[in-house]
Amino acid sequence: MFKSEAASWFRIYEMFRFESFHMYGIIGSTVVLGVLIVQSIKRFKVRSFYGEPIVFTPKAKSVSRYLFGGIIFGLGWALAGACPGPMFTLVGAGFTPILVVIVASIFGTFLYGIVKNKLPH
Amino acid sequence: MNIIYAPWPWYISGPLIAFVMFLLLMVGKSFGMSSNLRTLCTICGAGNTSDFFKFDWKAQKWNLVVVFGAIIGGFIGAHFLSNDLAIAIHPDTIETLNTLGFESAGTSYLPTELFDVGVFSNLKGLLILAIGGLLVGFGARYAGGCTSGHAISGLSNLQWPSLIAVLGFFIGGLTMIHLIFPLIF
Repeated sequence: MFKSEAASWFRIYEMFRFESFHMYGIIGSTVVLGVLIVQSIKRFKVRSFYGEPIVFTPKAKSVSRYLFGGIIFGLGWALAGACPGPMFTLVGAGFTPILVVIVASIFGTFLYGIVKNKLPH
Repeated sequence: MNIIYAPWPWYISGPLIAFVMFLLLMVGKSFGMSSNLRTLCTICGAGNTSDFFKFDWKAQKWNLVVVFGAIIGGFIGAHFLSNDLAIAIHPDTIETLNTLGFESAGTSYLPTELFDVGVFSNLKGLLILAIGGLLVGFGARYAGGCTSGHAISGLSNLQWPSLIAVLGFFIGGLTMIHLIFPLIF
């Protein structure tokens, strides 16, 4: 994550301005390979390293939670320039202010847990 | 060796991320980073305030190990595998950022205006980081996943909900950068 610059605020900003292929290349190549991996696991009934079947849980059908949740996430992603994976990469890289983002995102998750039942899902 | 020290191109890191997902599937787990934020809430005792946090977090321990790995990866990447952290973003992007007041565009890994220790004495910068984090945490749980859970795991499994979520990510991101940034910077 660090070496590919996907943890860089600048790259996220650039991505949302459509001025570079870099981030789309990362996400795109991951998804293309990911589809191949998941479809092969399903078709060939590949078992895990422990010999158990690999189960994929389909996501619950809905529009509102994914759309609204997604928009809120996107606003934060662009503002803080980091999503939940790279945030931790940046801690390791030594950027201490990212801790503010992490603590706030834990608090955001906590807030969701509190108001969850009042939101459309 | 220079190949390692220079920034890694997308066609290296994309497949590496897919490989991480493959390994997690092969040990019977799924790839999703934001679930850890919920786990951390539970560890801090949030189960007392909402049932949403009442679950056996120890079953999620493996995912915290992934977080730990991400921290170590960031440390190694930044301290041992890089000699120049500046990011070669598009010249037009740099120019726009300069007009917004981000002088560090094109010369550093993260904007020093937000991620230098100086931000701890800068209320506006702190608020930006905190609000950004808050939205990420809230939105990720509301949508049931983040970039890894929806854009990567979900799309790989051809899930419609994940496509809707990714569409939402972009509506939010584009709104922030094109409509809200000019107002706050």
